[in-house]
Amino acid sequence: MNSVVCIAQVPDTETRIKIGGDGRRIDEAGVKYIVSPYDEYALEEAIRLKEKEGGDVTVLGFGPDRVQQALRESLARGATKAVHVKGESGDADSLGIAKVLAAALRTIPHDLVFFGKQGVGTDNSLVGPMVAELLGYPQINVVTHMETAAGKVTAHREIEGAEEVIEATTPAVITAQKGLNEPRYASLKGIMAAKKVTIDTKSIADLGLADSDVVNQRVTVVSLELPPEKSGGRKIDGGDPAAAAKEIVRYMKEEAKAL
Amino acid sequence: MPSFPGVDYMDIDSLFSEDELMVRQTVRDFVDDEIIPIIEEANREEKFPMHLIPKIAEMGLFGATIKEYDLPGLNNVAYGLIMQELERGDSGLRSFASVQSGLVMYPIYTYGSKEQRDYWIPKLAAGEKIGCFGLTEPDFGSNPGGMRTYARKDGDSWVLNGAKAWITNGSIADVAVVWAKHDGVIRGFLVEKDTPGFSTAYHMGKFSLRASVTSQLFFEDCRIPGENLLPETNGIKYPLGCLSQARYGIAWGALGAAMSVYETARTYAKSRIQFGGQPIASHQLVQNKLAWMITEITKGQLLAVQMGRLKDQGKLKPHHISMGKMNNVNIALECARSARDILGANGISDEYPIIRHMLNLESVKTYEGTHDIHNLIIGEAVTGIPAYNPPMSAKDEREATARREMEAAK
Ligand SMILES: Cc1cc2nc3c(=O)[nH]c(=O)nc-3n(C[C@H](O)[C@H](O)[C@H](O)COP(=O)(O)OP(=O)(O)OC[C@H]3O[C@@H](n4cnc5c(N)ncnc54)[C@H](O)[C@@H]3O)c2cc1C
Ligand SMILES: Cc1cc2nc3c(=O)[nH]c(=O)nc-3n(C[C@H](O)[C@H](O)[C@H](O)COP(=O)(O)OP(=O)(O)OC[C@H]3O[C@@H](n4cnc5c(N)ncnc54)[C@H](O)[C@@H]3O)c2cc1C
Repeated sequence: MNSVVCIAQVPDTETRIKIGGDGRRIDEAGVKYIVSPYDEYALEEAIRLKEKEGGDVTVLGFGPDRVQQALRESLARGATKAVHVKGESGDADSLGIAKVLAAALRTIPHDLVFFGKQGVGTDNSLVGPMVAELLGYPQINVVTHMETAAGKVTAHREIEGAEEVIEATTPAVITAQKGLNEPRYASLKGIMAAKKVTIDTKSIADLGLADSDVVNQRVTVVSLELPPEKSGGRKIDGGDPAAAAKEIVRYMKEEAKAL
Repeated sequence: MPSFPGVDYMDIDSLFSEDELMVRQTVRDFVDDEIIPIIEEANREEKFPMHLIPKIAEMGLFGATIKEYDLPGLNNVAYGLIMQELERGDSGLRSFASVQSGLVMYPIYTYGSKEQRDYWIPKLAAGEKIGCFGLTEPDFGSNPGGMRTYARKDGDSWVLNGAKAWITNGSIADVAVVWAKHDGVIRGFLVEKDTPGFSTAYHMGKFSLRASVTSQLFFEDCRIPGENLLPETNGIKYPLGCLSQARYGIAWGALGAAMSVYETARTYAKSRIQFGGQPIASHQLVQNKLAWMITEITKGQLLAVQMGRLKDQGKLKPHHISMGKMNNVNIALECARSARDILGANGISDEYPIIRHMLNLESVKTYEGTHDIHNLIIGEAVTGIPAYNPPMSAKDEREATARREMEAAK
């Protein structure tokens, strides 16, 4: 059983985002990047499959040089191979990214392709399903439990008030939801072993694509804005406690509409 | 749980390789996710968090510098960064790892027979077995050479008699590395849990390292197989060799505790408002404390990195390690005291990590060679004059030693 896990590198969820000079992207200076948290569940599931059934786990990432760090971390956790497609993923929309990943996937033998259910930060939940369509694969999204058998994958997904069980033939695309498993920490041995793996680095051109296939396919970011600054909270005079309590309740009901 | 941002005033990170930083990040995440949320309660309840042992083992933290037995074979800087992050969580946790790696796996790996290594190293690395290191005795701490635990050969076995005190992990250990005298020579023995004649008791009423087990070990005609002797050991330099390993790790570990209290105090000072609607961080007296802390932490980091690089080149001497242990523990304790002060009354509450680190560091200052003993080691290194014994003529000393030996034999 060979798996490919597509890894998105995203700003640490605790980053204080600043808007870049062009007003359309974030300012990357000083930002710490991490593996998108949902991708960690995807990776863990692929590693468990490998441990049970053998085969390779290839991690695949599209983006600038820094993406190699995310791939190394994934190798340290137990992936066996890594492919880096170099390019300005920031200029691509979801479909552009999906095209690049689909093209790269055609060069890597696999039975299953894993994604996180969404990339934390942009949260479009599009790339996994788009890749499935581009490759003509069945897809099962937002998966919380899965099993494999010869040529088949059965996966559970939470839906409103119930659990849906879906069976598909492989190759298939799985997008991972939190709860699919508990991702392990990288082991120190894994970190040392990861050093020795050569990351297979390609350009978009190597995959037979041109920039025009990737950049701003359907969607263009017009502008990026921070949420409005929080204004200071309202102070209610506590001189008369009974009156203050009344005012708080009125405020919550009528103005804040919290009650 | 917010993750720890790290403390790096002077781009110290540029002194580390990519994999050293990755090792640190892994342990940092582990400490943030698994230690920080439970440690105050473990400390209150005086319980070592046993459930974490398998996870720590799975990451490969025990015996991390060993290459054989399918272990990671990290360099000493990466090992130091592990200790730093663990002790940022709690000194007791770092103590556990120091003992398991530096004081149990190290002597078995370095002074043990092939059979001892093959049997114990994989089990200790996997956390299936826990070890402890028994050197200190009720009457001999700074001067372990005076010990009164004795080993006698009887047919194919060894018979041990004596007592050890203040032994980390003592009551939870499956195997004790015990140092005892045979014919006046200190040798190391492996004593397994439940061996007849071997018993342990908890040290009660500790106000420091509460999340770490500390015990007394008792040996009453405790008979162990002849092959449980660590064959290479004969003399005080062998237990001291183990201590060098552990002390090196402590020099890094103390920085972790210092970083925790510094970062807590810095953040607190920026949000705590007292006079004039200004945060207390805007007062010069408070800034002076923070400036002192970050300066000392930065100096301590440089000391630790240089020790690590020397150790990897095989050039690190015990008197270098003494400086690292002595200095870094001392500044960490002073940082904790200052941080405690900056938090005012909150500084004494275990809602914040400070008072726990501060009390822990009092133990760390004493164990593995007290602060003053390390100053004496440095003093000897720079003057060539050992000053451990109070001035006494050689003749008086010989007589005093003989008298003590005779009393003990009675
Ligand atoms: C929590 C904890 C865990 C421990 N774990 C272990 C363990 O796992 N294994 C183990 O073997 N031991 C362990 N120890 C023991 C520790 O190593 C000893 O406490 C330490 O060596 C000091 O010995 P002592 O307590 O007997 O103090 P003493 O040696 O009695 O020292 C008391 C004071 O006298 C000073 N002093 C002593 N000699 C001199 C001198 N020549 N000149 C000037 N000043 C001097 C010391 O610096 C100190 O200030 C642990 C201790 C603690 C507190
Ligand atoms: C166990 C205990 C019992 C107590 N019992 C009582 C009691 O019975 N009754 C009672 O009323 N209170 C009591 N207190 C409260 C105690 O008096 C306060 O903790 C003390 O006044 C300090 O206030 P704080 O904790 O708010 O610290 P803060 O005032 O927030 O001080 C924090 C830090 O900022 C520094 N700082 C503050 N202002 C300045 C400035 N202008 N310039 C420079 N540095 C500054 C302080 O020196 C300190 O280092 C008790 C406290 C404790 C710990």
